[in-house]
Amino acid sequence: MSWEVVMGLEVHLQLATDSKIFSGAANRFGADPNEQACAVDLGMPGMLPVLNERAVRFAVMFGLGVGARIGKRSVFDRKNYFYPDLPKGYQVSQFFEPIVCEGQFDVPRPDGSLFPSRSTRDHLEEDAGKSVHDAYAGQTGIDLNRAGTPLLEIVTEPDFRTAEQAVAYLKSLHSLATYLGISDGNMAEGSMRCDINISLRPQGSDEFGTRTEIKNVNSFRFVERAIAVETERQMDILESGGQVVQETRLYDADRNETRSMRSKEVANDYRYFPEPDLLPIVLDDHYIDTLKAELPELPGAKRARFIDSYELSDYDASLLVASRDSADFFEAATGISKSPKLTANWMLGDLAAALNRESLTISESPVSAAALAGLIVRIADDTLSSKLAKQVFEGLWLGEGSADEIIEARGLKQVTDTGALEQMVASVITDNPDQVAQYRAADEGKQKKLLGFFVGQVMKASKGQANPQRLNALLKDMLDG
Amino acid sequence: MAPSELSAATAVALSAALRAKTLSSYELTQACLATIAKDNPALNAVITVSEEQALADAARADDILARGDGGPLTGIPLLHKDIFCTRGVTTTCASRMLENFVPPYDATVVTRLREAGTVMLGKTNMDEFAMGSSTETSRFGVTRNPWDTTRVPGGSSGGAAAAVAAGFAPLGTGTDTGGSIRQPASLCGITGLKPTYGRVSRLGIVAFASSLDQAGPMTRTAEDAALMLQVMSGVDPMDSTSADIEVPDFRGQLGDSIAGLRIGIPRQYFSADLDPRVAQSVHAALQELQREGAQLVDIELPHTDRGIPTYYIIAPAEASANLSRYDGVRFGHRCDAPADPQDLYERSRTEGFGDEVKRRILVGTYALSAGFYDAYFKKAQQVRRLISQDFSRAFQSCDVIAGPAAPGVAFGLGTKTSDPLAMYLEDIYTLSVNLAGLPGMSIPAGRVDGLPVGLQLIGRAFDEATLLRVAHRFQMNTEHHLATPSSAGEPT
Amino acid sequence: MATTSADVRAVAQLAQLRIEDDAIDDVTERFNRILDLVAELQQIDTQGVEPMSNPHDMEQRLRPDAVTEQVDRTALQDVAPAVEDGFFLVPRVID
Repeated sequence: MSWEVVMGLEVHLQLATDSKIFSGAANRFGADPNEQACAVDLGMPGMLPVLNERAVRFAVMFGLGVGARIGKRSVFDRKNYFYPDLPKGYQVSQFFEPIVCEGQFDVPRPDGSLFPSRSTRDHLEEDAGKSVHDAYAGQTGIDLNRAGTPLLEIVTEPDFRTAEQAVAYLKSLHSLATYLGISDGNMAEGSMRCDINISLRPQGSDEFGTRTEIKNVNSFRFVERAIAVETERQMDILESGGQVVQETRLYDADRNETRSMRSKEVANDYRYFPEPDLLPIVLDDHYIDTLKAELPELPGAKRARFIDSYELSDYDASLLVASRDSADFFEAATGISKSPKLTANWMLGDLAAALNRESLTISESPVSAAALAGLIVRIADDTLSSKLAKQVFEGLWLGEGSADEIIEARGLKQVTDTGALEQMVASVITDNPDQVAQYRAADEGKQKKLLGFFVGQVMKASKGQANPQRLNALLKDMLDG
Repeated sequence: MAPSELSAATAVALSAALRAKTLSSYELTQACLATIAKDNPALNAVITVSEEQALADAARADDILARGDGGPLTGIPLLHKDIFCTRGVTTTCASRMLENFVPPYDATVVTRLREAGTVMLGKTNMDEFAMGSSTETSRFGVTRNPWDTTRVPGGSSGGAAAAVAAGFAPLGTGTDTGGSIRQPASLCGITGLKPTYGRVSRLGIVAFASSLDQAGPMTRTAEDAALMLQVMSGVDPMDSTSADIEVPDFRGQLGDSIAGLRIGIPRQYFSADLDPRVAQSVHAALQELQREGAQLVDIELPHTDRGIPTYYIIAPAEASANLSRYDGVRFGHRCDAPADPQDLYERSRTEGFGDEVKRRILVGTYALSAGFYDAYFKKAQQVRRLISQDFSRAFQSCDVIAGPAAPGVAFGLGTKTSDPLAMYLEDIYTLSVNLAGLPGMSIPAGRVDGLPVGLQLIGRAFDEATLLRVAHRFQMNTEHHLATPSSAGEPT
Repeated sequence: MATTSADVRAVAQLAQLRIEDDAIDDVTERFNRILDLVAELQQIDTQGVEPMSNPHDMEQRLRPDAVTEQVDRTALQDVAPAVEDGFFLVPRVID
């Protein structure tokens, strides 16, 4: 039988506020255990929550960014369960009336084409603490620094059919969040974590199969792998006539498998009810409209503009707008170079490769937008061949100065002067009479191949600095003549 | 002032003596501590005495007074209910769960009263986690009513009510979730005021039911209550539910006439549940108010008898979540040698909580659980609105509502402990006021068989001033509030 | 529709409370009496009545996003039953 995979995602996005969602303790990663957990975060007797204004603003900005309806009245609820890293025995979340309601936005696929995605709701909640299992014999250490970190939980419709779609969606969320500046997007530190609800059904069926939930997957690669192994596991069960058990599973990256989470086995009854320590959040149109007006240009709009005004391909535009930093870099460089296509090629080619090699982000690039533009100007005006340009780029990367300084210092100027080129060609022709005769006797197809020999000779003589286009033209002329 | 006079004096009178230098705060504090040392063993109203800190605070108050500074409460001794977190002083909530809990912070109410110059003598007994109407569920034993030590003082702020009645201190703090200030005030013959929900910060008060809890003063007179409320009131940026509403000058309005004031008498508050002799005292008190020019009008509060079921869903539901934080991980009781987290939770909580607390956690958990939320919790929240609307409608035809605070006088120790429902009925006239978030007050209105009866006054939201004005006028013309257990000749 | 002792045990498990065998009948009996009391509400018509979570229908105030709490871990952990290296310790959790 052929199966269709049905997936919905729940994404937890940590919001980049200075303080916690309900307390004035610092919201920062990496402090010593419990050094950032105040009495409110610890759920000490008598402590009360007060809502962080910026967390609300960030949630609304996100909602506007995904074209969602904003809940003008939203309410916090208590989600009740016991767990050592959940200090109060309940998590303050939003269940009945979330701050962001249904939304829809377009997600670019890797090839640059778009597909629509629908989110059901996005709500604010507090993060829990962390458990450390290995340090103490028979004991687990509880660190509540993370408790109270503001989270935006994004819940999608079960619209995803492939891992590729799911990852593309997550990447576009990541991109949107960093554009808006509402999250640092640092997945290694848990700033964005994803739960995957996944089920299989026979191809063509419109009923849902029994789903499992894979918890807390925190990299795009793991999402892809977790979906692959869980799909396979469910398919094996179904094809051998078994039934999938509805449960929470954990993706173990080391073993590349999912396994049932024992701690979540007890059927949870979360007993949601309105959090009486907090009152409804009421937002008026003015507040929402002001935030809307202040939104930066978002990836979708930027992508369309790049295609339109810079005449870039869908593919290049999608890659360039994936992060705000790379889009800004591109626009800064293009502003100087006036050569968008060439700039895109260099950014997505040599620069991306170099950054990747050194695990740097575009904002950490040793080659600035202006420096890259300086190089591109010299390519565009034929000072540099692409081969020479690579050498100049190497110089830029190593911090040897501007493109012009490197050209000067390394003596890399391309020979474009026709007189000088003519001399070189003439001497190569004189020095290789056999090859010249061979060339002149050959048919057109053969001539093309033989031309390479002469190009090579001239390049050698010019130490690679001959302008290839001019050289080609000149050689043809002189050999034919 | 002689020590015997001190124990019956009001804060206003004591403050005058302090300013006249006929008395020092240090002497007054010593006298109060001596009274506690002598009489508390019989009453068990106070469970922690912070003598050293009290005397230091008193000495500091005397310095302030010597400079001619300070306010009307500077140097006045007070007792906090053991539900208010006090930095460095054990705060138990009368539970084994918090037996050894010493908070590293103060409740906002504690801070404000200290900044006003009061001297904290210690912490008063209460029903465990404020769940009860008799102060019999305390981990530290029952508190006895100073008017008759075979009887309860009411609850949950029974320790505070008994302490003020017995002359341990002129001022006490209480909290009231369903009647826990007013009912013990009624049973012990003192003045107790539950402010409007949101008037007083809840920060640092161990939570019972967050949408109902409110702290208030327990005093000998309305005037003292006005002074205390003045200090306790006001928005707290750390409590989202505290109201950003102007705090009027409560004492300044006390002397205003009540002529023409319409006092609503709810028919439903004089039903068969009410002891007829209590009804008689209440009616007599109402006539006194009428003599002062108030106009009595009959009103209806049709959902009165729905208050109990509504309350006994909402309060336990909120409590079930509020008490989940007691898990033996970060503070509070932890069982010996837990095998795993589940064992840690179950045994710590089962050992740490008493029966009534566990019962309410179970009921609250049930009311919120899958399949029952709509039928129980949501339904109760809807009826809560109907109850609130009853009051809104009633206040269209009156300015204050008056009736009994409790259905009877103080009852015998142990007579209602075996029947939770009988105990719940104690709060029939008070808990609707919490559901609606309104201010309510109990003032002494006579005695039946030598035991105090309380008159309850209920006001519009944030209109404590009118309650205090009515109470003060009543106390200007009557002497019920001046009676003390000793003056009445009862053994203490 | 009386609640059985098994129901009460299930609720107790949700609340992480243990009920000893010799107490379960008594606990169940009292639990049922309270449920009978609150069951009165079912008779009331609440069609179209907005549930009331908070007395005054007030709105949430927002706090400026600023770090205002300096954590004194030593003071906060002074009341903790078991701590080591700044961690709260619990019996080993198995995921």
